[in-house]
Amino acid sequence: MIPLYAYLVVAAALFCIGVYGVLARRNAIAILMGVELMLNASIINLVAFWRYMTPENISGQVFAAFVLVVAAAEAAVGLALVIAIYRNRRTVQAEEINLLKW
Amino acid sequence: MQETIQVIAFIAFTIMTLLPALLLVLSRNLFHSALYLLASLFGVAGLMVLLVAPFLAAIQVLVYMGAIGILIIFGVMLTRGMMKMDHIFNNQQAAAAITAVVLFIALVLTLSPLVDEMDIDPLEKLNVDFTTIDEPPDVGYETVREIGRVIADRNGFVLPFEVASILLTAAMIGAIVVAREDEA
Repeated sequence: MIPLYAYLVVAAALFCIGVYGVLARRNAIAILMGVELMLNASIINLVAFWRYMTPENISGQVFAAFVLVVAAAEAAVGLALVIAIYRNRRTVQAEEINLLKW
Repeated sequence: MQETIQVIAFIAFTIMTLLPALLLVLSRNLFHSALYLLASLFGVAGLMVLLVAPFLAAIQVLVYMGAIGILIIFGVMLTRGMMKMDHIFNNQQAAAAITAVVLFIALVLTLSPLVDEMDIDPLEKLNVDFTTIDEPPDVGYETVREIGRVIADRNGFVLPFEVASILLTAAMIGAIVVAREDEA
């Protein structure tokens, strides 16, 4: 059988790949894709812990479903913001969106 | 036999999740990154099927791949034009790589079964031995039916369910207002 540790390592690897994507990419949409990877890693973690710790109580899966709902809302608003920024500044590179910078 | 199939499926879905994710953050073409995101999300859905969460796997494919993935592809296509993808990494790329690797090592070491042998106090205080669970108990009920029952149950999750609906409506209205063209 597959130990819980294996699922947690997979989720940790996906999370760290997402962290690298958020911190190292210039394009704002690539940064949003890194955030989606991190959210998916958290969902894997939640479902794995539900399966191995409390499979008799469905609350773990419902928690994961709500995380998915919040991720969907955040992705929609984030992409709307990126599109609005592109319309105004004609760029989506995160370094060039610096109007509020000191 | 069944165990071998499970292990093979786990390895296959892990590769399906992590390899496109790695290619996503390293790809020079943003549209290829969006497609790699779809592949990675499919791998996550496969892992959920292995973890006896078929409802979540279906929701993952429908919502994450079918809606958010397509939305990201729309975003990629609507913000093209004058951008050149010559330098895809900013000037803190090395620090970001070191941060990601250090974070991964820290997470793996914290969860490792070896930590039990090293007698580190915080994990012993938790009194939970989750790192050595190998054989999970069987899920004896139908998870889809149970989720359906519990999100409509007054003593269940009906209130968070309704609040999530309001959240999605608010996000939709907000996205429309933010991305709307100004009627000048």
